Amino acid sequence: MAETILKLDHITKTFGDTQVLSDINLEVQRGEFITLLGSSGCGKTTTLRIIAGLETPDGGTVMLGGKDVTNEEPNKRNVNTVFQSYALFPHMTVAQNVAYSLKLKKVDKATIQKEVASVLTLVQLEGYDDRMPSELSGGQRQRVAIARAIVNKPHVLLLDEPLGALDLQLRRQMQLELKHLQKKLDMTFIYITHDQEEALNMSTRIAVMRDGLFEQIGTAAEIYNRPKTAYVAKFVGSANIVNGVVKAQNGSALTVEVAGGEAEAFAFDEKYEGGQKICLAVRSEHVLIHHCENEPQGLCAVVTEKSFAGGMLRIVFKLEDGTTLVASRHGIDIDFSVGDKACVGWAAENAVPVEADE
Amino acid sequence: MILVKNRTKLPNIYIGIVSVIMYLPILLVIIYSFNESKISSVWGGFSLKWYETLFKNRAMFEALLNSVILAVSSGALAAAIGTSAAVGFTRIKPKSKGAIEYLSMLPMMTPEIILGMVFMVFFSLLGLPFGMLTLILAHTAFCIPYIYMLVKARLVDMDKSILEAARDLGANEYHVFFDITLPQLIPAIISGMLLSFAMSFDDVIISLFVTGVNVNTLPIKVYTQMKTGVTPEINALCTLMLCVTVILVLLSSVISKPKRSKVKHREDLEVTK
Repeated sequence: MAETILKLDHITKTFGDTQVLSDINLEVQRGEFITLLGSSGCGKTTTLRIIAGLETPDGGTVMLGGKDVTNEEPNKRNVNTVFQSYALFPHMTVAQNVAYSLKLKKVDKATIQKEVASVLTLVQLEGYDDRMPSELSGGQRQRVAIARAIVNKPHVLLLDEPLGALDLQLRRQMQLELKHLQKKLDMTFIYITHDQEEALNMSTRIAVMRDGLFEQIGTAAEIYNRPKTAYVAKFVGSANIVNGVVKAQNGSALTVEVAGGEAEAFAFDEKYEGGQKICLAVRSEHVLIHHCENEPQGLCAVVTEKSFAGGMLRIVFKLEDGTTLVASRHGIDIDFSVGDKACVGWAAENAVPVEADE
Repeated sequence: MILVKNRTKLPNIYIGIVSVIMYLPILLVIIYSFNESKISSVWGGFSLKWYETLFKNRAMFEALLNSVILAVSSGALAAAIGTSAAVGFTRIKPKSKGAIEYLSMLPMMTPEIILGMVFMVFFSLLGLPFGMLTLILAHTAFCIPYIYMLVKARLVDMDKSILEAARDLGANEYHVFFDITLPQLIPAIISGMLLSFAMSFDDVIISLFVTGVNVNTLPIKVYTQMKTGVTPEINALCTLMLCVTVILVLLSSVISKPKRSKVKHREDLEVTK
């Protein structure tokens, strides 16, 4: 059932003196919604442009539908792109924009008309055929760009931060619509974003990218619950990274010495020896806070900052060795003030060992 | 309070002075073109006499026809060459770009008298017969920078991802140029052509150097007639040419004006959505 539609094999690319892509390997199955997630400048757009053929890699191969297309012109590839700036043709109407690829293929007029009408309905733009792009709102232009890219029924649809220019509300709505569209068309989507929420919300798989390499590729649950590296843990869901030394391991239960205290952690299948340095990822919502007088357990800490943002209360602690630890809670206040002492900790299953940042 | 008042008057005075210097002579020429008297400085009553003599002047009419042929054909040639140059230069490596840019703008900055001499020497070296052909070649050459400049400005403004989108949708280079690039350049090309039409139409110096004995353009004709004394016929001609120029300028600004009203319309849409 699983059929590889796209394969990137050891892709490298440099611009001038900068190595943009170091070694990109990716296999995409038909019908997948895969997201390349990374901060700006990590090489995700370059990867997309190489798949589209707008950029030629320095090394490696691009296989599309089992065919080597590494040096194929973009117009010869069965791949279409939704550009970040939409890139609609300003001198053509909505219908002409959408029909352009079919016209180039010399499809007959009646079929073109039918196809254009059907994709415009799909993106909820019926009746907009004769509008010029300059007469549309941002969200509508976005829909035209999507319609134009899917009318050709490409093997793979590439989306380069397509929702970046929209406001938050519209973005959430478009996220859902895109997800439904992808299911309905059963088309392979490769989606670029720097927004981890967007990635977690939409993708079947996420590839977290950093400095021209994939740091981790996995499902949203894998990336979130079992980050491989400290970078992934921090980038997706901004987890706390705590350094410690392993004291003992009993199956999956780890005892770790952290900042002068002792804490528990959960090892999936890794084996650790006593005295080994270890890096733990703990999500802010999993940080437990206790009053030192009542329940002296976990690690000693001092509250250094309290703020309320995005519907969550954010409390920043400083551990005895200077490590900062961020906890988040629902609600607008908590009975700790800045400067107060507290005991912090976490449940064993919520502390995951990750590879430390170099 | 008084200070502020004085300050606001200053621009008005400035505009007044500029208008008088710029437009009074023009206005006088127009008025005197309807002057009955043969002596320019004396008003002898209203008359269309000089327009009549102008239209009966066969040589003058021939010169006008030559000028129009010359301006149109050199404008069209310059449009073709200037546009391809501008499009081609977008693909040159940035390093060599600067030098080529300056080279192609040089005809605009070189004094016309030098250009005229250079063309004359060059054409006689080639052994070309002086006449319409040499006129067209020379005028095309000095019109190219105007087209180049306007088209390049439009190209710089153009979103590069539009061209990539076309490639992505299956267009080859040929399609991209004719379907996407060229339609968006048309306004720039047309206003460039209007500009070169105007430049070519009133050129005396270069034309004097490269024209043959029996080909007269309108400006040359006017210039040579001036030597034998200014008749009010010239005033009538100037008035007519002025009308044509004003029409061309208006046309050019209408064509190159971006459609602002549509942007406003878009905001309305956003609200109603």
